Amino acid sequence: MSTGSPSERRLRKELMSLITTPTPGIRLDSDSISKNINEWIVEIDAAKGSLYEGQTFQLKFKFNDRYPFDSPSVTFIGQEIPEHSHIYSNGHICLSILSDDWTPALSVQTVCLSILSMLSSATKKERPPDDLIYTKTCSKDPKRTKWMYHDDTV
Amino acid sequence: MDSEDEIGIDSGNSSDDEDYDFMQVDEIQRQSGNAQDPVEYPFEVLTTEEIVKHMLDCIAEVNNVVEIPATTTRILLNHFRWDKEKLMERYYDGDQEALFKAAHVINPYVKPKRESKTFRCSMMEDCDICFLKYQYTNMTGLQCGHRFCKSCWVEYLTTKIMEEGLCKSIACAAHGCDILVDDVTVMSLLTEPRVKTKYQQLITNSFVECNRLLRWCPSADCSYAVKVQYVDARPVTCKCGHVFCFECGEQWHDPVQCRLLRKWIKKCDDDSETSNWIAANTKECPKCNVTIEKDGGCNHMVCKNQHCKHDFCWVCLGSWEPHGSSWYNCNRYDEDEARAARDAQEKLRSSLARYLHYYNRYMNHMQSLKFEHKLYSSVKLKMEEMQQHNMSWIEVQFLKKAVDILCQCRQTLMCTYVFAYYLKKNNQSMIFEDNQKDLESATEKLSEYLERDITSENLADIKQKVQDKYRYCEKRRKVLLDHVHEGYDKDWWEYVE
Ligand SMILES: [Zn+2]
Ligand SMILES: [Zn+2]
Ligand SMILES: [Zn+2]
Ligand SMILES: [Zn+2]
Repeated sequence: MSTGSPSERRLRKELMSLITTPTPGIRLDSDSISKNINEWIVEIDAAKGSLYEGQTFQLKFKFNDRYPFDSPSVTFIGQEIPEHSHIYSNGHICLSILSDDWTPALSVQTVCLSILSMLSSATKKERPPDDLIYTKTCSKDPKRTKWMYHDDTV
Repeated sequence: MDSEDEIGIDSGNSSDDEDYDFMQVDEIQRQSGNAQDPVEYPFEVLTTEEIVKHMLDCIAEVNNVVEIPATTTRILLNHFRWDKEKLMERYYDGDQEALFKAAHVINPYVKPKRESKTFRCSMMEDCDICFLKYQYTNMTGLQCGHRFCKSCWVEYLTTKIMEEGLCKSIACAAHGCDILVDDVTVMSLLTEPRVKTKYQQLITNSFVECNRLLRWCPSADCSYAVKVQYVDARPVTCKCGHVFCFECGEQWHDPVQCRLLRKWIKKCDDDSETSNWIAANTKECPKCNVTIEKDGGCNHMVCKNQHCKHDFCWVCLGSWEPHGSSWYNCNRYDEDEARAARDAQEKLRSSLARYLHYYNRYMNHMQSLKFEHKLYSSVKLKMEEMQQHNMSWIEVQFLKKAVDILCQCRQTLMCTYVFAYYLKKNNQSMIFEDNQKDLESATEKLSEYLERDITSENLADIKQKVQDKYRYCEKRRKVLLDHVHEGYDKDWWEYVE
């Protein structure tokens, strides 16, 4: 198991724990990793009692060889992009732990939990006010965006 | 100073010259020391090594009074922007726990809660970064109790230092923990010399940037910092020769104050589109329309068209003739004429015209100042030539001095247009404009002489003429600055903003 680069080693460990001790509401699409360990698709179920109850969303994780010292690129993909004031219609997420506040002690599981809690705290289904401009002008990779956090409490 | 030593060596030639030169040096020193600073403004220029030593001295000084680890002291001092008094005051003010929390350090008097860990020395621990198991001794962490394996720490710190350029604020690697990593821990964990050097640079840089009493020399490629005893808008001279305002870091800008200069620079940047077309370096001869390119600092233009040879002023495009006499009026924007513009559109146009009037003259002196650096090299050749004609090294220094003064005058004139732009018209502002006119005309005469006429004169006459001209410039400059300073003291100046 200890073959490959340190980032691959850590990704395999994360993979194992997601499969062997799964967290309710977080599911790995194992087909997605069969081709490439550096790209994962994870399904998350919105929490009960939240505005999104009953909805399932897909997150795409991309890791580079500096992971976990460099943050992964995380976006919503698929048909349904949650309507939320920190989530753009192209799937980009404005969340500080995905850029400035990233630390190598975070993981796929903790990122998913943070995103779920962000969804749960929403009081209104709406897009960010600058959605139209941002989605027209942004780079494909959300990691290239210099995020101005809309709200530091999230 | 070098020149003083040189006098000692060179002063054997003739006793008359010797006395004269000594007098001159005294005079220069007296003037440069007193001209604009009634009270001395003490400052020191520090090398990188001296900055590091100064930082360690600051920490030691605090540690003499407050008995906490030096590493904690450094973080606390950084938190208080290296203001020792403020730190001491807050430290003895009462709530030390709140102080440590605000500075993101653990109170060193409180024993770590995770003491029990030491009993588990023989046990294996999980590293939450690489997810591998390690022996206790291979794991490390700060007082917050979050522990990671040493190689993950090194990788984490290296990423922060090399890629993000952070140093004063590297926090613990645990998510949500804001306890800062101290410098001793960083240095003991790092092994790569490249990363260690970068970290030390970052620490020094943040020390200078946080410290109110220190400022990096803003000159490109200069690594000195200037240290003062109190912050003020005063000129400081770096060892590299650059003279800048300690308060704002801009090139020394007397007589205009930092606030208005900043406002002006911002305005110029915002208005770059309008300024582009006027800043262009070519104009047409007002008489024959031949395109003329400015290639020197002097504003007295002579059309190169052999059939024209028109003399005119580059700035106002007026005939040069009146500029040499007392009714030289190129510097003064005619407010009366501007007031005649009645309707709104005219008003808008006149406010742009007013701005362009000052901007044009400001930019022009800035351009000229750049050209004067070319003058240093041509003057150097002249100085060598003179030394071959039996003049001593010290005797020919007047030429370099003349260019120094020319540059000072251009720098001052440049700033007078910023001052004038914001100045409301009153009796004193009229006197100021007269002083500005006199300095400008004296400066142009010196510039023209150095750039053009000097080659055609015989060597003996040159010294007298140059000295007369630069002394007059110095005098006009002092009169102008003294008058503006007096106005600051007596509240004469009102501004249009
Ligand atoms: Zn911690
Ligand atoms: Zn580790
Ligand atoms: Zn310098
Ligand atoms: Zn200033």
